[in-house]
Amino acid sequence: MKHGMRRQLARFLTVPHWLICAMLMVLLAGGGFPHAAYAEQPLRWGADASADVPYTFHDPNNQARLTGFEYDLMQSLGEHISKPVQFVQNDWDGLIPGLQRGLYEMVICGIEITPEHAEGIDFSIPYYVTSERIVVRRSGPTLSSLEALNGHVVGTMKATQAERILANHPQVQVRTYDEETNVFMDLVNGRTDAVLIDGPIAQYYGATNPDLQLVGEPVGTVSYGIAFAKGQNAALREQINTALQAMKKDGSLHRILARWNLWTPQAAAWADDASTPAIEPVSWNDYVAALHGSSGWRAKVARYASFLPLLAKGAVLTLLVSLCAMVLAVGLGLTLALLRLYGPAPLAALSSFYVEVVRGTPLLIQILLIFYGLPQCGLNLTPFVAGVLALGLNYAAYEAENYRAGLQSVARGQMEAALALNMTHVQALRYVVVPQAFRLVMPVMTNDFISLLKDSSLVSVITLTELTQTYIRLSSTYFDYFGTGLMVGGAYLLLGLPFVRLARMAEKKLSQPHIRRR
Amino acid sequence: MLDAQDIHKSFGDGAILGGVSLQVRKGELVSIIGPSGCGKSTFLRCLNFLEIPDRGTINAMGVTIARDGGPWRRAYEHVAHRLRTHVGMVFQNFNLFPHLSVLDNVLLAPRVVKGETGPAERDEAMALLEKVGLGRVAQRYPVSLSGGQQQRAAIARALAMRPEIMLYDEPTSALDPIVAEEVLGVMRTLDDEGMTQIIVTHDMRFAQVASDTIVYMDGGHIIESGPPEILCVNPADDRTRRFLRTVL
Repeated sequence: MKHGMRRQLARFLTVPHWLICAMLMVLLAGGGFPHAAYAEQPLRWGADASADVPYTFHDPNNQARLTGFEYDLMQSLGEHISKPVQFVQNDWDGLIPGLQRGLYEMVICGIEITPEHAEGIDFSIPYYVTSERIVVRRSGPTLSSLEALNGHVVGTMKATQAERILANHPQVQVRTYDEETNVFMDLVNGRTDAVLIDGPIAQYYGATNPDLQLVGEPVGTVSYGIAFAKGQNAALREQINTALQAMKKDGSLHRILARWNLWTPQAAAWADDASTPAIEPVSWNDYVAALHGSSGWRAKVARYASFLPLLAKGAVLTLLVSLCAMVLAVGLGLTLALLRLYGPAPLAALSSFYVEVVRGTPLLIQILLIFYGLPQCGLNLTPFVAGVLALGLNYAAYEAENYRAGLQSVARGQMEAALALNMTHVQALRYVVVPQAFRLVMPVMTNDFISLLKDSSLVSVITLTELTQTYIRLSSTYFDYFGTGLMVGGAYLLLGLPFVRLARMAEKKLSQPHIRRR
Repeated sequence: MLDAQDIHKSFGDGAILGGVSLQVRKGELVSIIGPSGCGKSTFLRCLNFLEIPDRGTINAMGVTIARDGGPWRRAYEHVAHRLRTHVGMVFQNFNLFPHLSVLDNVLLAPRVVKGETGPAERDEAMALLEKVGLGRVAQRYPVSLSGGQQQRAAIARALAMRPEIMLYDEPTSALDPIVAEEVLGVMRTLDDEGMTQIIVTHDMRFAQVASDTIVYMDGGHIIESGPPEILCVNPADDRTRRFLRTVL
């Protein structure tokens, strides 16, 4: 019985390469035509809903629901053009590349209409006009004009109008951020003295915080537009422009903005709409209530409990990506190591070249290259396949070196004995050398798998909402980095532990057979 | 049975074998002796192509490999493979597979090479282990066996491929004399059963008592060969005489 098991295990350990080939084929076949299945395609729009209050974000009262003034605007826009609209989540940095590779037809995510932006994308007419606001700490210096900011540390968002305005004031020390929450977190913690930021953000993050206040006059003008891929979709753009005009005229845009408490005198002047219908800012009120209603510990526990399904979803994706990537890494790594040691000279050189190149370049770049770069060569992979492929190909380089060390530390006499028993080189490797090498590298492999589990967080840049992405979303919605961080850290730990145990068991069983003396 | 003609082998600049020829009859037990570095191990390893001779011809059981100094060709691999079906080998350091039990060590090659996996093979392997006195430790791992047990297991492993010729490369050099006796006992039994055996050894007593023929090598050449009662008592060559005087 035990012999059978050992043999099966040995077989499993030694022949994963064909298995992986098959798996890869399935994945590639699935990835070859990702979006061809839809008959009546809805209009897809991309945004980063991970923290974007009040644009598009997850409702704090119900994480499964999306909300936001842009979200409402898109629903209304869909009704105006009589087409279903579909939201697609993507990381902020990936929004425009995603547009170009056709993940969605348009992006609506508070993108400012500027000449610089217009070089890379086409814009609709503006759907909202606002300005920059200064936010300060109540306990700090009151810096109520741009000039007053001179000599102070001022935070703002990366690559925005506000950043460009601040760049014209060289005496201001500018600090730029990716996430809105971080901008205000640092202001509250005293790392910055002021924040210059778009009106809606200042209102939702600054005005709602008892430690902060908006000061001074609005600065400059900011127009938001819907972004389209450069030079394509002119007809769609025309259609959207017409619909936006209609929404301005029939008051639906006014209603949406007023519900979100964003109907400012500036917006009224831009829309040429002096009417004052009695619209309650219900969405704004809901958000403020959600923010303040969650201070008691009961509410906190309930909120953390409500995170669990989301965390579980993220954990499943993390685990799935990591497992598939590891299988690929083990198979390819072993093949590379065998080629390098026993293959013909050109293949051995190729293998060592692969290891050097892949090991010597950042994983993040490899992920972006595979997901956004390969479509330019005609290979359009789904995010999942691209993520698995990038992680697997990357870790294969490390595994290859592990296995090479393992293979080399198996005594030469083992190969000779196998050959003398009339095995071929391949049989000798498969049944004698590789199983012994695997036993030797088992601890290092466990190490690598845990490391891969954590590196899998990088696939969040290609629209996959795994654990880390879930953390960013939750923590920045509730300004709660600590509690959420502990939960997500715990989730990673829990994911890794079974594999550590499993590896320890396998090591016990495999690496020291003399312990199993009968 | 086995016929090696004019075997040449060099590593880099150093010539190890300078044209060695040897014929072995069926059932013969040949001991190759000589000082360290004389090329006797290399010659033995050439006989089953673990070392590839630069030049020379080897014929074992009708399988012939001839090399004329030209490049190694893939076709040789197939011939070497056929040749090894007739030739088994035992090493100084045993080289048992540490990740397999003793029984699995014996079963592996028949299973992998010949596809024999049934209960008959298992019985046969057990019988071989009984024969070398290891029936009771069949389920144990090599690391838990003594040196003598390991070497006997290695002999059983080689016999499982049913070779007609057995090569031994200093089989008792890593063992103390008492344990070595267990191993030599097995080889005597095989000799009685008519196995053809070629042994590279430093154990003069065994060579003298058990061999049909003793071959004395020095400097990459066979100096002389003959039955022990002649070679050991009245060697023709001075070098043989000097060597025997130091070891006997």
